[in-house]
Amino acid sequence: MIAISVLVPLSIVMGVAGLLAFLWSVRTRQYEDLDGAAARILLDSDEDDTIDRDRRQHMSKDGG
Amino acid sequence: MSCCSAEIGLGVPLSRTNSSAEELAIASRDLGNGLRQSVLSVPAMHCAACIGAVEAALVGVPGVERARANLSLRRVTIEWKRDGHAAPDLLGALAAVGYDANLPAAEIDGEDPTLAGLVRALAVAGFCSMNIMLLSVSVWSGADEATRQTFHAISALLALPAVFYSGAGFYSSAWQALSHGRTNMDVPISVGILLTFALSLYDTVTNAPHAYFEAATSLIFVLLIGRVLDHTMRRKARSAVAALTRLIPRGANVLQNDGSLDFLELGDIKAQMRLRIAAGDRVPTDGVLEDGRAELDAALITGESLWRSVLAGESVRAGELNLGNPFVVRATNAPADSTVAEMTRMIEAAEDGRSRYRRLADRAAGLYAPLVHSLSALAFIIWFITTGNLHTALTTSVAVLIITCPCALGLAVPMVQIVLARRLFERGVMATDGSAFERLREIDTVVFDKTGTLTTGVPRLLGTDGIAPEALEIATALARTSIHPVARAIVAAGVSTEKPLTFTNVRETAGMGLEGRFGGDLYRLGRPEWALGIQNGALTVLSKNGEALAYFSLGEDIRRGARDLVDTLKARNFDVVLLSGDSSKAVDLVAGALGITDRRARLLPTEKVRAIKDLQAVGRRVLMIGDGINDAPALRAADASMAPTSASDIGRSAADFVFLGHDLRVVTDVFDSVQKAAGLIRQNFVLAALYNLISLPVAFSGYVTPLIAALAMSSSSLIVVANALRLAPGPRPRETVAKTVLEART
Repeated sequence: MIAISVLVPLSIVMGVAGLLAFLWSVRTRQYEDLDGAAARILLDSDEDDTIDRDRRQHMSKDGG
Repeated sequence: MSCCSAEIGLGVPLSRTNSSAEELAIASRDLGNGLRQSVLSVPAMHCAACIGAVEAALVGVPGVERARANLSLRRVTIEWKRDGHAAPDLLGALAAVGYDANLPAAEIDGEDPTLAGLVRALAVAGFCSMNIMLLSVSVWSGADEATRQTFHAISALLALPAVFYSGAGFYSSAWQALSHGRTNMDVPISVGILLTFALSLYDTVTNAPHAYFEAATSLIFVLLIGRVLDHTMRRKARSAVAALTRLIPRGANVLQNDGSLDFLELGDIKAQMRLRIAAGDRVPTDGVLEDGRAELDAALITGESLWRSVLAGESVRAGELNLGNPFVVRATNAPADSTVAEMTRMIEAAEDGRSRYRRLADRAAGLYAPLVHSLSALAFIIWFITTGNLHTALTTSVAVLIITCPCALGLAVPMVQIVLARRLFERGVMATDGSAFERLREIDTVVFDKTGTLTTGVPRLLGTDGIAPEALEIATALARTSIHPVARAIVAAGVSTEKPLTFTNVRETAGMGLEGRFGGDLYRLGRPEWALGIQNGALTVLSKNGEALAYFSLGEDIRRGARDLVDTLKARNFDVVLLSGDSSKAVDLVAGALGITDRRARLLPTEKVRAIKDLQAVGRRVLMIGDGINDAPALRAADASMAPTSASDIGRSAADFVFLGHDLRVVTDVFDSVQKAAGLIRQNFVLAALYNLISLPVAFSGYVTPLIAALAMSSSSLIVVANALRLAPGPRPRETVAKTVLEART
């Protein structure tokens, strides 16, 4: 019973962490272009990083 | 250009970049500070190299601040500023690196708040139902009473956010339906969820052995999946009317009697006023040209690619773009009565083609909801009479509601539609509305527009046999300096020599033609009255010092696959009709070549709509395939509609399907896929019904435990989803692509 009273809350806390991580990833538009994300790793430019950074700043300004 | 080079070259010679730069600017979104945002659809983008090439090409254009490609949607978002007065030629830059681009048919302005809300609700419901399921498994496998009660209590807590946050959408929709005296799919869902939750809560408090929390929450979860899929398939197309009104300038310079110019707002312009239209401006209202000659681009109004040359006394229409020198127009209408304003009203009036249709899922719900409710009520009454126990009766009637939950029904249609949309997207067809698939199935008559639909809409040189090679070489070299459609047609047909001739003093006279000197001789390419000094009815002539060297006549190309499509449609017993605004001669030529007997020429947009309404009045279901603004009201009035990507923005906005590329045979593909999808939807309905048929007696006789309910519900949903996935995209037809490229190059 002690094991359960520790493990059940623990699993729920971990579940909540997973839920929050998912909601965050949706809000930062990480699902917007899955094919593109897979392809971009092959591109050899640093520009992407700056674009991504600008984008996030832009979004956090919008409250998004 | 790695993997994608195969497709490059298909579209480039046919793209109309000249007028589109302006169209693009009109359609862009204002971000403030002079920064504007455009979204372009780039269908040929396939790989990392494509992303790199597209972004690099766009960033290289003066005025472009940022370009970001989205490979999943084959779209690129560009932020730009006006470089001086002109809008950057984004399409030209993309065409230069081999990518045909156009404005997307569907609006994708940033986020969709409804979809974001649905995804959040889905995530919460998923979290809650999975955790409750985890606890329930240990209860089902025989936990002792104390553990069971603890787990039920935790489950009740976990169910709260799912029931009250994620499920809220169902309740409000059900309430809305009920308060209007109607019933919809959400009514049994809401009643089921709330009753189940309330009963389980009661059972938890009274230490009963069964609680249905996992049933209530997984119900919400699965139904929300269906909702999310359904929402992504709902129409988010640009409003055709909004696109149309952007073609009208805000006002115009009015020439007063004393010769001064006054800028008047659109509403203050009246008939008989004299308006001065600067180069690059659009005509605000219909009128008559006062003097001289005007070159007008009517591509956005009619979809015709040839520039229109207008003489004094002839009429100009609202929305046309002045390409040449400034001119003065005497308005014949106030802007509110102009052709474009009239068209706006017609598009608005013609909406009913679509709204008349009731979606399949809604029709199913109309049957389903009353049936389930009466069954559930019946179970309650029977059990209450026979046992006299309120709790047992209530449990049974709730079990009936849960077990008949329309999970499978809610997934049956959207799942197939989303797989179908994806499959068609791979083939280059974009669907703007899920219900279009359903409407397309009932079609028995196909109506075509001619220019730009059955034909490419781009003029082509007819027969170079009668033209001396030297003359053609000279004409080609001269034409290379101009972007006039006729000049382009000559270049396209002409010979490309190693060392093109270079002319001196090349000059283009608007509305007349091109001239240049070569070795002391004056060559002119253009209208005969200008090049020869005589009028002889020919369109274009090449002259050397005033003597004719060669005559050029232009015609239009029939679109690739048009013949095949018409034959296929006829073989499948569709009625094929051609409605065109063009002259009878041109229509007969094309209709004859394609074997279309039912044809009508010289139709105004209103008459096209009336022709479609007449067909519908005798019970026909009409698919309209067209491209111009003049087709937009007809596209709206028809039961389903398609437009090629080369269509005007308004044409694309009004259509249900937009197909890429230049091959009409893709329309047959759409029909085939829709037919197959309809079969799958039918199977899905049968599967869902079958499941209910088996499970209902079990529920009715009171044998349903939470375990059985969970198993039955999830298995029926999984079967429906798996069945829909059978439509999944096959391998890309590589061979056909390679073949068309060969055809295009030979």
